Order: sequence, then C-alpha cells, then structure tokens
Amino acid sequence: MKFTLSEEQTQFADTLDALLAKSDAARAWATGNHEPGLAVWRHLADLGATTIATDGEPVDMVVVMEAIGYHAIPGPAIETIAVLPEWLDGALLATTAIPPHVSYAVDADVADRVFVVQDGTLFAAVPGKRVTSVDPCRALFEVTATAEIGPLAGAFDRGVLACAAQLLGAGRALLAKSVEYVKQRTQFGKPIGSYQAVKHHLAAVHVGLELARPVVYGAALGVLPASAAKIAAGDAAYRAARTALQVHGAIGYTTENDLSLWLTKVRALHSAWGTGQVHRARVMTELSA
Amino acid sequence: MDLDLDAATLAFQAEVRSWLAANTPADLPSMDTADGFEAHRAWERTLFDARLSVVSWPEEFGGRNASLLQWVVFEEEYYAAGAPARVSQNGIFLLAPTLFAHGTAEQCARLLPTMANAEQVWAQAWSEPEAGSDLAAIRAAARRTDGGWLLSGQKTWSSRATFADRGFGLFRTSGERHRGLTYFMFSLRAPGVTVRPIAQLDGEPGFAEIFLDDVFVPDDDVIGDVDNGWKVAMSTASNERGLSLRSPGRFLATARRLVELWETSPDPVLRDRVVDAWLGAQAYRLYTFGTVTRLASGGSLGAESSVNKLFWSDLDIAMHETALDLLGGEGETTGDWLDGYLFSLAGPIYAGTNEIQRNVVAERILGLPR
Repeated sequence: MKFTLSEEQTQFADTLDALLAKSDAARAWATGNHEPGLAVWRHLADLGATTIATDGEPVDMVVVMEAIGYHAIPGPAIETIAVLPEWLDGALLATTAIPPHVSYAVDADVADRVFVVQDGTLFAAVPGKRVTSVDPCRALFEVTATAEIGPLAGAFDRGVLACAAQLLGAGRALLAKSVEYVKQRTQFGKPIGSYQAVKHHLAAVHVGLELARPVVYGAALGVLPASAAKIAAGDAAYRAARTALQVHGAIGYTTENDLSLWLTKVRALHSAWGTGQVHRARVMTELSA
Repeated sequence: MDLDLDAATLAFQAEVRSWLAANTPADLPSMDTADGFEAHRAWERTLFDARLSVVSWPEEFGGRNASLLQWVVFEEEYYAAGAPARVSQNGIFLLAPTLFAHGTAEQCARLLPTMANAEQVWAQAWSEPEAGSDLAAIRAAARRTDGGWLLSGQKTWSSRATFADRGFGLFRTSGERHRGLTYFMFSLRAPGVTVRPIAQLDGEPGFAEIFLDDVFVPDDDVIGDVDNGWKVAMSTASNERGLSLRSPGRFLATARRLVELWETSPDPVLRDRVVDAWLGAQAYRLYTFGTVTRLASGGSLGAESSVNKLFWSDLDIAMHETALDLLGGEGETTGDWLDGYLFSLAGPIYAGTNEIQRNVVAERILGLPR
C-alpha cells in the first residue's frame, strides 16, 4: 500500500506545472485565436502528455488532467487525452460527443478529428451548429455521425474520470487564488483573510478538495467508480468556485479578472459529463447490485 | 500508487476477522451505565487476552507492534464486525501517545499494562466551566507539597469520568497562560475528589464534573516538565482530532448499514444523500491511506488532523440524519440510529470545536493572518 504519487509522477507533475504556468492561451482561445493554445498542446504532445492514457497508468492521466485544470488550459483535453488517444493517429487534438450526457463535441472547429460515440460504437462525425457555453473557452458543436468506425468500450467512464481530475485541478487553483487575494485585500484596516467569516469559508473549501483528491486517485486505481470521482471533485470544485467569487467580491464578478476563466470552466464541467444526479444514480445502481 | 495490502497485513486482517467473528458479543448495555461500564471493561480484557486491545503498542505493554496500516485495518474489521464501543479509548488513544512521547520508562511500565487490560480505565479532564475552546484559560491549580502536589479546582465534560478509575489533564502551576500549565495524572478515587455525573442528550451520564479539593498527586504522576504541560498536551492533541480517535472503520460500517437501510425502503428522494454518505466514508478511508503513507515515510500529522476532524464530524451527523429520515416517523423512536445520531451531534463540539479547527486550517495550512 502506497497511496501517494511516485517520485516520477511528482516530477512529471512539476514539469507540467512549469510548462503550463507560462500559458495565457485561454483568452485568445475564447476569441477564436487558437494559435497560442495550439502551441501549448504541441508542448504537451512532445512531453507525451496527450498519449499518456495509452502509454501510462490511469493515475498518470489524472496527473495530466489535474494540471490542465489547475492552469485553465483551453482545448478538448478530456476527449483528446482520456477518451480518444488511440484515434489521434498522429494528430494533435480530437473531440467527440457521447450522448446522452455529452451532447456536444467541444472545440470541434479546431480539433483535427471529430467523432461521436453512440451506444458504445465510435463514428466519424461532422460538426454542425455551434452552441454557446458559459465557458467562452468551450466552443460546443452539434455533430452528425458519418462513417461507423467500430466499438469503443469505456469511453464515457474514462472521460468522467478525466473531467473529475480537471475539476479537482481547477478547484485547487481557485483556492490558491482566493488565499492569495484575501491576504492582500485590506478592509477596515486589516487583510480580509484575517476575518473568521472568510477563514471559515476557505477552510471548508480546503477540506472538500483534500477529501475529493483521494477519491479521484482511488477511481484511477479502480477501487471506486469514475462516477464517485465526478461527484466528489464536482462538488468540491464548485464550492471552491462559489467561495472564490464571494471572497473576491465585485472584482471576481468581472471578466477583466482572470478568476472568471476558472469560474466559468468549473460551472461548465459541473454540468458536462453527467451531472451529480446522473452519477449518484449510477453509484447507487452499482451499490445495490 | 497502489492500495494493495502486503502479505503480513492480509494475514493479520484474516486473524482479526476470524477472531472477531467468533468472539464479538451481542449488544452490550450502554457503557455509560454502571452495569454497561463493567461489561465493556470485561470485553476490553477479552480483547487484551487475544492481544488485540492495543495492537500498535510495543509487545512489552500488551501490543504487537502493528504498523499504522495494520491498525487502520484492525479498526475496519472491528467496526465491520459490530464490536462494542471502546470504554478504554481515552486512555489508549489520548493519554498513551503522550506517555510514549513524554512519559518516563517508570511511568510507561507502571501505567500502560493496566491501561491495555482495562484494569484502570482513564477519563480526560481538560475542560473547565471557564475554559472550553480557550483551553489555556485553565484555573484548576496545583500547589507544591511534600513529595508532590495538591490539585484543586473544577473540571467538566469529562468523558467516562462517572465510572472511570483515573483522570489526566492540565493544571495551573504558575501564572503564565500557556507556560504555567502542568500535565497531571490522578486517581478519581483519591480523598478530595468528588465526581458529579452529568446526563447527556441520550439521558446517560457519559460525562461528569470533577471537583478537586487538595487532592494529593505524587511527583511520579507528572508527565513532562513542570510548567510545560501545554506543549506536552498539544504535541499529541492531533491524536484526538485525527485518525486515531476516529479511524475510517466506524464510518465505513455506518455507511454500509445505511445502504442496507435504504435497500429496505428505497425512497428515491433520499437516494442522493445515501450515496453521499457512502462516498464520504470511502473518501475518508482513502484520505487516511494517504496519511498513513506519508506518516510511514516520516511525515507528521500536525494541523492536518483538523481536516480529518472537520470532515468526519460532519459526515457522521449527515449519515445519521439520513438514516432517521429514511425511518420516517419511526425516526423519533429510540434505537441504534437514534443513539448514533445523538452521539454524532457531539462531534463538532468535542476535541476542539469545528470553529477552532477551521481557524487552525485557515491559519496553519492556508497561511491566513491571525
């Protein structure tokens, strides 16, 4: 029993952090300028991060997705890294819809390969109408299946786990930003982080994230269902987002502040890849089986 | 990263499981009644005879040098078997770690064996009427006398004190707030001790007030240095808040019972709460395995134990509230779920209120200003 990341995994996470911390591709991506984001993805591909799900263990995939969530990296990360790595065929990005819980293919305008998974079968697809997400970095597209490719087992659960990891990373970033802000923002002559009302909010966020993380990694090891990871990380990250907005006050409610990149991402991913209710129903079905 | 148990731990788990299956008694009366207390004391003796009362202790004191992981596994098996609550827990989980860290060899040899076999059951004596969350405001005092000390003052909310044999706690030996406290052990049967039982929400005297009037304590029953009691107590306080007092085992067992209850009356409105309770117990289990891994490689618990305490205390209440709601109108009536619910309500209060724990998390982990 050793339930912490290995030295290699920790080093890999540090390497990813160092690379992704430099990225400010999200705002450009939201306006349709994909080039800075694609440059980040090329770096990720060079590091082997985009094929980690086939080359490494599920835990490695979670490490990558957590880093992508932490740094609000735009692009079809869940789809490329966790769902479709075998179908990249040397391309950089792939995307897919998996109805009923993943109705749209994210970033189908920039992905090299577009698919749809219907009842466990993978189809090539063409993007149709664009739908606007709360997260301006997520361009959503309806898709129409064209040619049948073949069976694709476990696609939804792999995506759910990756989504949970991305949410966990985003939640941790929101807490870090909140802590940084309340230490320097002064009101009534004191940093607002010295007031108990603020401290207690952030302590609750920390507890939620600390207890969600082992669930996500436990799901990667197969001791818990992916649905459990989405419930735990979704709720913890959402609480982190609501609290981050509250402790930032009005500045957090603006798109001028970068906080909005994480706030909208977390709200989007909370709804995407199956809601909490969907996953609780799945867990109970498994528990009572 | 893996969650596989090694061969030695698996063998230990199998032994514990089969022993408990053969020896776990049917429901004992509440340990907060006179008869129930003695029944629980006898059960502790049975555990001790199987060398299962203090598995993580050294063999010389009745343990078997079990690793922290094996102790967590023992706890899982213990609660899964539905075995009785531990009447010795305040001694073995709160006082013993302090003795191991700060006690003399003589104190360990004299006190630990009778703690392990429950010949002596210990009660804690921390809080006072004017010293709750602000524990350093302690007023009960110790005065020098020939060969020892005279303790005087009032302690309260002392768990198990109604029927226990001995107590431990902090007393003021000089004026300085934190640096004027000393850690004492004393007999609850000594001349000058008066114990007044206090009925808790369940009607049983689970805790008591202790009045001390010039109670003699020999020098041998001081732990650590005089005036250094605050540091001695705090160095092991994470044991109470953290995983040793509330290991994942009991919450896993409660979660399993809750899922079974849901299956007998699967109210769709309550499904999500049942899943959240089950998931909370799993999360706490895996979180604990992370902690065990870190401790095994030389880490320390510290402020992290406040994270544990905040999580398990809220989880325990939520699980029992969900059960009572599943029971519908029957939720009002006495039974295991109601008992467990009333017990869970104390969780956010004892061992340092959850408000204090949130301050600890915010200041010592997140680094927010005082």
